[in-house]
Amino acid sequence: MTRLGVTRLLAILAAAILAAAAIAGCGSSSSESDAADTGASTSASADSGGDAIKVGILHSLSGTMAISEVTVRDSELLAIDEINRSGGVLGKQIEPVIEDGASDWPTFAEKAQKLISEDRVAATFGGWTSASRKAMLPVFESNRALLFYPVQYEGLEQSPYIFYSGATTNQQIIPGLEYLKEQGARSLFLVGSDYVFPRTANKEIKAWARANDVEILGEEYTPLGHTEYGTLISKLQEARPDAVFNTLNGDSNVAFFKQLKGAGVSARDMPVMSVSVAEEEVAGIGPENIAGHPVAWNYYQTTDTPENRRFVRAFKDRYGADRVTSDPMEAGYVQVHIWAKAVEKAGSTDPEKVKEAARGLTFDAPEGRVRVDDVNQHLYKTARIGVIEPDGQIREVWSSGRPIAPDPYLRTYDWASGL
Amino acid sequence: MEVFLSQLFIGLSVASMLLLVALGLTFTFGQMNVINMAHGEFVMAGAYTTYVLQTSVFGTGAVTLAFGLSLPLAFLVGGVLGLILEFTLIRRLHGRPLDTLLVTWGVSLMLQQLARDIFGAPNVQVKAPSFLEGGITVAGVSMPYTRLFIIGLVVVALLAIWFYLSKLPAGRRMRAVVQNRDLAAASGVRTPHVDRLTFFIGSGLAGVAGVAVTLLGSIGPTLGTNYIIDAFLVVIVGGLGQLRGAIVAAIALGLANAYLEYWTDASLAKAAVFALIVVFLQFRPQGLVVTRRRGLA
Amino acid sequence: MATMAKLFPAGSGRGAFLVRFTLAAAALLLVAPALLNDFRLNLLARYLCLAIIAVGIGLAWGQGGMLVLGQGLFFGLGGYAMGMHMKLEEAAALPSGPQLPDFMTWSGVESLPWLWVPFRSAAFAIAACVLVPMIVAAVLGTLIFRQRVRGAYFAILSQAMAAAFVIVLIGQQGLTGGTNGLTNFRSFFGLQLSNPDDKRLLYLFVAVVFLAVFLIARQLVRSRYGKVLVACRDAEDRVRFLGYDPTRVKVLAYAGAAGMAGLAGALYVPVVGIMSPALLGIVPSIEMVIWVALGGRTVLAWAAAGAIIVGWARTDLSERFPSGWLYAQGALFIIVIAFAPKGLAGVSEELQRRVRSLLSRRRSETPAPERVKVAA
Repeated sequence: MTRLGVTRLLAILAAAILAAAAIAGCGSSSSESDAADTGASTSASADSGGDAIKVGILHSLSGTMAISEVTVRDSELLAIDEINRSGGVLGKQIEPVIEDGASDWPTFAEKAQKLISEDRVAATFGGWTSASRKAMLPVFESNRALLFYPVQYEGLEQSPYIFYSGATTNQQIIPGLEYLKEQGARSLFLVGSDYVFPRTANKEIKAWARANDVEILGEEYTPLGHTEYGTLISKLQEARPDAVFNTLNGDSNVAFFKQLKGAGVSARDMPVMSVSVAEEEVAGIGPENIAGHPVAWNYYQTTDTPENRRFVRAFKDRYGADRVTSDPMEAGYVQVHIWAKAVEKAGSTDPEKVKEAARGLTFDAPEGRVRVDDVNQHLYKTARIGVIEPDGQIREVWSSGRPIAPDPYLRTYDWASGL
Repeated sequence: MEVFLSQLFIGLSVASMLLLVALGLTFTFGQMNVINMAHGEFVMAGAYTTYVLQTSVFGTGAVTLAFGLSLPLAFLVGGVLGLILEFTLIRRLHGRPLDTLLVTWGVSLMLQQLARDIFGAPNVQVKAPSFLEGGITVAGVSMPYTRLFIIGLVVVALLAIWFYLSKLPAGRRMRAVVQNRDLAAASGVRTPHVDRLTFFIGSGLAGVAGVAVTLLGSIGPTLGTNYIIDAFLVVIVGGLGQLRGAIVAAIALGLANAYLEYWTDASLAKAAVFALIVVFLQFRPQGLVVTRRRGLA
Repeated sequence: MATMAKLFPAGSGRGAFLVRFTLAAAALLLVAPALLNDFRLNLLARYLCLAIIAVGIGLAWGQGGMLVLGQGLFFGLGGYAMGMHMKLEEAAALPSGPQLPDFMTWSGVESLPWLWVPFRSAAFAIAACVLVPMIVAAVLGTLIFRQRVRGAYFAILSQAMAAAFVIVLIGQQGLTGGTNGLTNFRSFFGLQLSNPDDKRLLYLFVAVVFLAVFLIARQLVRSRYGKVLVACRDAEDRVRFLGYDPTRVKVLAYAGAAGMAGLAGALYVPVVGIMSPALLGIVPSIEMVIWVALGGRTVLAWAAAGAIIVGWARTDLSERFPSGWLYAQGALFIIVIAFAPKGLAGVSEELQRRVRSLLSRRRSETPAPERVKVAA
């Protein structure tokens, strides 16, 4: 690299100064990053030599997805801290290596490779969008390393090196649809952001609707980051569906619900069932704009279990009383614990042994007991339908009562045979 | 017919939002030939100003008062940010429009991260004042008060700008600089001062646009990026620094978006509008309204 | 004239260039593979792909004055052309089923779309990687430059084209893989992408292509054509009065830059293993220009170096300071572009001049040190 001699030196120098300034600036600004920083550094300082186990945490800390992914990082760090305080795994402390996926799929792949081959992490917790998971999948498979993915997704996937701790379709979307049908909805309108999760989910929804005699009056996609929903809302008003099934992502939800309310459409006229709106998003949308609409998840901050009360209290103690907990955050918290339990059981961090040990493993999660499926490495999860309250919390109105077996390929559903 | 009317209203309301963001750009782009990529972040600053006023200063008890006050204050916040940018960077980049584009893009990256550190990555919530809740229905077209308010805001902003440019001496100096910088300078107009003022007003308008955004969209660190490219297209189609052109262009783009999206879908409509713009520039490469100039440049 | 002098800085004769080029080639082909581990070497391969785009931008912008803010479009065309071929190769190797790329199966596409059919042929795919971007650029360029659209107008327009391209890509999920793009590649013309040795070979291939592209671009710049191109940048109307057709001159440079971006895209796919709309939109397209501005737009070698430096700094900083690196990145751009308009090329030139004058003042018989700077 002689050709870059001086330049490289200069760049390093400039970069170092700037970065130092940036870090100094960050540290004093927000309580959130403070908490995260101290969390990372306490665990890091516990590491003295070789008696720490490194794990990767790979979420978008910048870019459009940071809004959601930062919260999952927080709950994963909380879980790591809890495990460390009670003695770590295999007698060693867990040391998180935090990387930024920057809301950019190739960056996720690059950072995943870096965590595996440079940091030699025992496992990686990360991702949010389907696109980021698809980008990381070949990296984890070719390196035979483990990824724990915390978000509900569209199914139709089963990588031997990924643990799916969020819901798959039959644990979230199908219960959501059944609930709407039970409430008397005979026609649906599908609204989604233009990417893989909504398109695949809607394909499944359409197959379900054919089998259940529910009419699909329309299917609309808007680009990610779209902010103008006037036309879409007038299409909704014209079609007059009994309910809307919403797979919009991120910022678009804010614009959609604000403008829906502005257009005078209330939850009573046209309930909008969302599968990507949790407590965190409700705060950004404004509870008064979305109150009364149903959502489908596996966990709410109000879920009534002793584990959840402990989880919510621990989270608020660490990050501030104004923070809320949500389904993906809970899944992030749970997956760290499941990994730790599997490592303890296997007596090793070797991915193959951890996979073997994780089969059938159970854990008393804030959402209730979850179990790792023997084959597909998804979790048995309880489906819950909730209604958003004016205070921003979600009240459970229906639950499956027991954990539903994960079925990413919908093999147990006759109507899904053509997918 | 009802569809035609309701899409007409939606198109106009899209246009008003576009124009509100693009107005400030018309000023800075038109007069100083500065492509300010941080303009979107000034919009964001305006939105956060509303948020801070509502939550920290007045509390949720005085939503209407906070919202009313946030309009002038957001103008000031946006304007001051613009002044700082002009004074520290853009002044030094005079005559290098393409470099300004890149530098201001760097600034926008930093402002986004700054917002993320101050307000946190998640979106924040601004309550709309109660008098903007609901709407009216005329001839089968439902018009939310929020959208009517934004249309009104644009009209007021346009009137104010028209008054400023044509009636006040400072505005006339500004026009002189737009039309011929050298001649204006030779006639004793202090162009650096005019530039600074232009930048203040242009960025201030971005702040006002930010207040309007809180009524319709999300308020988060990446808010600006959602609006900036569309706004630039309005300026390009309208013609450099042409207020009239920008108005016509915003309305045309807004209507095109509304009708195309109605017939197809949001993604296709957006791509089609881009294609239309490329075709349009084939016929009017300088935009809708062209300042006639003698000379080769 | 001043700009011409910049192109041929003092002491950059043919001999000096050959020495520097040999040094750079040796560094890339011998030293880097010896020093870097597999992961870092693959990163370097990725930066070299980006550097190929940067050389193209250096040609179109640095020499031709066209601020190409939409190179993502051409990068994507090349990348998708290669990605489509690689996906088809893998699908053909599947033991059973409809032999469709994976994403088509889950997007509900049952038979291969006609657009994909010709990409079964490797020769067609390789040709398409370079020719499709060049043809698209030639058509767009002819339309745009004939109307004398330039400066900021051209910049925003090219940006809008990249944005429109991304929207179309995302909207046609069954055809393009949507937001996910094309992922999960396993082999590239017989090289197994999971095999570290094959990846090293791939790196060497990318490095050779990069050096070749650089040489071609440099020859182009030093030729008579290159001089007319610079003249178009500095005074288009005078060139027209002299009887040249500036449209044709500029279209050629634009298409050349597009071809390079396409080639870079084609190489990027096997190196990184993904091609997605996220790489092509407005933001990545601006970043491409930033590399060149940072390195030095008028000097091709520095333009390429800019891409490598930014790529490296971004990886390195974001690893060390995951939460604060956006500040650093933004600040770096601002400082270099605002206060060192010639980029690092200018900084290096200035440093050398100072060192030389310092040395000659102190001891006139000591010659200036020869190493360090590579400018051609």
